[in-house]
Amino acid sequence: MSVVGLRCRECGRAYPAEALHVCEDCFGPLEVAYDYVAIGRALSRAVIEARPMNIWRYLELLPLSAPPTLGFDVGGTPLVRARRLGEALGHRELWVKNDAVCHPTLSFKDRVVSMALNKARELGFDTVACASTGNLANSTAAHAAAAGLACYVLIPDDLEAGKVMGTSIYGPRLVAVRGTYDDVNRLCSEISGRHPWAFVNVNLRPYYAEGSKTYGYEILEQLGWRTPAHVVVPMASGSLLTKIGKAIAELTKLGLVTSDGTTKLHGAQPEGCSPIADAVAAGRGIIKPVKAPRTIAKSLAIGNPADGPYAVEAIRASGGSAAVVSDAEIIAGIRLLAETEGLFTETAGGVTVAVTKTLIARGLIKPDEPTVICVTGQGLKTQEPLVAVMPPPPVIAPRIEDFESLLAASG
Amino acid sequence: MATVRIPTPLRKLTQGKEEVAAAGATVGELLIDLEKNYPGIKDRICDAEGALRRFVNVFVRDEDIRFLQNLDTPVKDSDEVSIVPAIAGG
Repeated sequence: MSVVGLRCRECGRAYPAEALHVCEDCFGPLEVAYDYVAIGRALSRAVIEARPMNIWRYLELLPLSAPPTLGFDVGGTPLVRARRLGEALGHRELWVKNDAVCHPTLSFKDRVVSMALNKARELGFDTVACASTGNLANSTAAHAAAAGLACYVLIPDDLEAGKVMGTSIYGPRLVAVRGTYDDVNRLCSEISGRHPWAFVNVNLRPYYAEGSKTYGYEILEQLGWRTPAHVVVPMASGSLLTKIGKAIAELTKLGLVTSDGTTKLHGAQPEGCSPIADAVAAGRGIIKPVKAPRTIAKSLAIGNPADGPYAVEAIRASGGSAAVVSDAEIIAGIRLLAETEGLFTETAGGVTVAVTKTLIARGLIKPDEPTVICVTGQGLKTQEPLVAVMPPPPVIAPRIEDFESLLAASG
Repeated sequence: MATVRIPTPLRKLTQGKEEVAAAGATVGELLIDLEKNYPGIKDRICDAEGALRRFVNVFVRDEDIRFLQNLDTPVKDSDEVSIVPAIAGG
């Protein structure tokens, strides 16, 4: 395997590849360092293409020191050519990367969790844990159940019913915390200082976050080993956007993709919680945290985003942009994707679709430039905001006359 | 004296202690007092200009001091102050 160790992204200090996530000197985030010469020798398009269609086909670019022992069928989700959505938005080459159907818990979090839990096992942990807005909770609980690991999951107390049931069914120790996601996150940081558990997005975060790169690798491979002109990414912590940028940079450096180095990264946030987009708009590198997020896109309701500064940097360096949309636009985005492509995404996906519409309208995305919309979660999990706008079906007796009169009435 | 909760990355400087006591009327004064007893700790938390480093969060009574008065946030003797790495979650 090709992991050299961990390195501080801020000051460069090196650390061993253990359960560490913060630099002792400067509190900067630790990142996995790789031997890219060795990776270059081991990987080619042909080698990757000969492997099963899951995230492990990119094993050399992932932070394990031994072959995976769980999460074998994660990833390999469809890249859908979205012709009808494109027609609706006035665009000729739109694609949707659809992790609403990721195995096994229907969001891109299965990628990061399978990475983190494999690492947790490698490092000898018997208990895993996370702070989550829902999707991560689902995935951590499911993978822990399948792996026979003990599991603690902490969530805010206002999550959607589908996200809660989609966690508790797997039998973890599930705890709802009165407060925002940021409150839950701080609590988990403090718990991780006291209990010897593998918190996937705290002390295992360097490994966990690398799993997001597979979403980017798959996009490039599915485009025929080419880079798109634009990628529109939902932003919560900002990690997915930075890791898609890293995936593009890595495959370019390894010569695996045809790239002119001009893929623009665009960030999407809801207007009730947009600290990263606000920093981009203001030309600031510093993130002003949002104290009380208010949005139907609960999976993006992170007021104090860990990777915010890096997401801002990645957007700027790529020549991309960021935009915010209202709750009404989010719902319209969900419905548009469903009615044009037959894909039901959660509220975060509605944000991404709506922001794509905005960026096309502003001329920041041109109609003939290949553009990938990141759909990272499943609509069945976040039905609450739709109940008010989707009318229930008419009910009739089982008689042909009733059906005919209904048809006549509705035209 | 206020109680200060020390995160794992700083515990080498506090001889492994998870909580320590510190005196001061503001968060800034608290950090100066901490530095006297645990040399080196202030530089880890603040940058060369004396401002809070960008990947450190400090909470007084569970409130992020960036929503209060930053390093000038008042601290009472009964308060709990938490120093928490910003890099987590998402």
